[in-house]
Amino acid sequence: MLLASHYNYWIVIALMMIGLYMVIAQGNLVKKIIGLNIFQTSVFIFYISVGKVDGGGAPILSEGESLYSNPLPHVLILTAIVVGIATTALALALTIRIKRAYGSIEERDIQAAEARQEQAVPEIHPQPQAPAGKEK
Amino acid sequence: MLAHLPILQVILPLMAAPSCLLIRRTTLVWLFTLAVSIAALVVSVLLLQQVYAAGPITYELGGWKAPWGIEYRIDLLNAWVLFIVTALSSVVLSAAHTSVQKELGASQQTVFYALYLLCFAGLLGIVATGDAFNVFVFLEISSLSTYALIALGKDRRALWAAFQYLIMGTIGATFILIGIGFLYMMTGTLNMADLAERIPPLSESSTVLAAFAFIFVGICLKLALFPLHLWLPNAYSCAPSIVTAFLAATATKVALYLLLRFTFTVFGVDFSRAQLPLDTLLIGLGLVGVFAASIVAIYQANIKRMLAFSSVAQIGYMVVGIGIGTATALQATLLHLFNHALMKGGLFLVLAGLVYQLGGCRIEHFRGLGRTMPWTMAAIVVGGISLIGMPLTVGFVSKWYLIAAAIEQQFWGVAVLVILGSLLAVAYIWKLVEAAYFQAPQGDQGAVEKREAPLGILLPAWLLIAANIYFGIDTRLPVEVSTAAAQFLLGGGAQ
Repeated sequence: MLLASHYNYWIVIALMMIGLYMVIAQGNLVKKIIGLNIFQTSVFIFYISVGKVDGGGAPILSEGESLYSNPLPHVLILTAIVVGIATTALALALTIRIKRAYGSIEERDIQAAEARQEQAVPEIHPQPQAPAGKEK
Repeated sequence: MLAHLPILQVILPLMAAPSCLLIRRTTLVWLFTLAVSIAALVVSVLLLQQVYAAGPITYELGGWKAPWGIEYRIDLLNAWVLFIVTALSSVVLSAAHTSVQKELGASQQTVFYALYLLCFAGLLGIVATGDAFNVFVFLEISSLSTYALIALGKDRRALWAAFQYLIMGTIGATFILIGIGFLYMMTGTLNMADLAERIPPLSESSTVLAAFAFIFVGICLKLALFPLHLWLPNAYSCAPSIVTAFLAATATKVALYLLLRFTFTVFGVDFSRAQLPLDTLLIGLGLVGVFAASIVAIYQANIKRMLAFSSVAQIGYMVVGIGIGTATALQATLLHLFNHALMKGGLFLVLAGLVYQLGGCRIEHFRGLGRTMPWTMAAIVVGGISLIGMPLTVGFVSKWYLIAAAIEQQFWGVAVLVILGSLLAVAYIWKLVEAAYFQAPQGDQGAVEKREAPLGILLPAWLLIAANIYFGIDTRLPVEVSTAAAQFLLGGGAQ
């Protein structure tokens, strides 16, 4: 039974799609970050389940064990988890500063504020505004 | 000492980054960062010399043999890219002190240099390593520091740009991670040379195809290839000026290197070119990118943003070269990699000088600059000419090779479109020239006082602009290296 025996991959794919959908569809920045986390976690699960060997034990030297799971994907994914935490921390820090600067963490509000800022032509520093010169 | 050059290249800036935080005085931190960058440049020159004379160098990290330990492998291609990144970083850094002091608060400056070195180390690591998972780790080191660097921008829009880039960049990097996972599943190795040996027999497998798809899309997100370029204009236009100059000159070049490395070395020419319609896809996306980005660039009032869109267009040219895929075309791509770093590094540095003096770089600021800032404006004009690709500049050399490659393969349409694309560059550069030389300066028209950009920024900028002309006339060094590197890429991965 292909469907049942590879259920781990189905879980990975489901989580991955849920995560990606959240990142795209949610307007709230914190919800976007949560979506990103779910997306990354699905990849972690994928790596960990790849390392599983049927009937294999923990990869520690012990008597009576001759079959071990592959430890390398687990080690790799430890690194990726650390990277994921750093990304989340940075994203949350940015969200705090966005909240202070824009007063909102809704994508729609921020884009509206951007559009207003874009339309208002900024003054030119440091010289004062003056009518365009006639000499040419 | 010489045997350890490959790791020194990466570890030097990586160790120096936290040390920055121990130094309090901003001038000292700057000098320290500059010294590290120049040391990295020296290392890369030595590496390039060694590789050119004696062929690829392999270095085993911590003495662990290759398939188990991480291997660094320096061949002509990455030695060349390492040289470009370190050289451009050193020039940009020499201008950093003046610009950063003006644009960033005192408390932010030390952090800025620490982040800069981290990003620098990440970029060098991506290029130097011969291990697929190591690529992901260094990619994230450089990306995370880039997000923070962009968020240092003065405008609040910088925060939003950094957040958008963070979301897209993380999705891209995670895609690469998924692809590497698939490859490990199929081959049981992460070493690029091993992968290159074990993938060809498996080329029919749909897992390998999926791996390629994920890695390809992930890299193209980092590269800002046309439909995936949305993060780039905002990020470049909101970041502090020095960061823009650094990123424009190095980050996209490193992503392009990754694309070359994975399509040609890891997956191999047979897999990625014969089996998949990659050439059509890359030529198509590249050309659409050239036109779409150039046309949008014409309508930008913010000049930093205009040049950012122009970067997307230039990436299009490089990708067209990969798409055509002959030795001449790859050479055109490698030449443009170097040339575009010179052009955009120079132009964005000049803009840094403008922002320093005028507080912004919208088109209104350019009025009458030909009279008030003659040397600054002259640099922009020469850089712009190079961007268009007129003879005697580097821009001409790479476009010449690209068009020659297209004609060689009888791709007449591609050749014509490349020329038409260059005409669009004329349109947006002309806009600056018109404002600067044919419109009166702001303010009093009687007393036109000269207010050049500060020398600390203008000199490094002119150094890069002069290089645009020098390498446009004396093309020996880049042409020689890129010929050899292109042949090496097509000659298969190993040796």
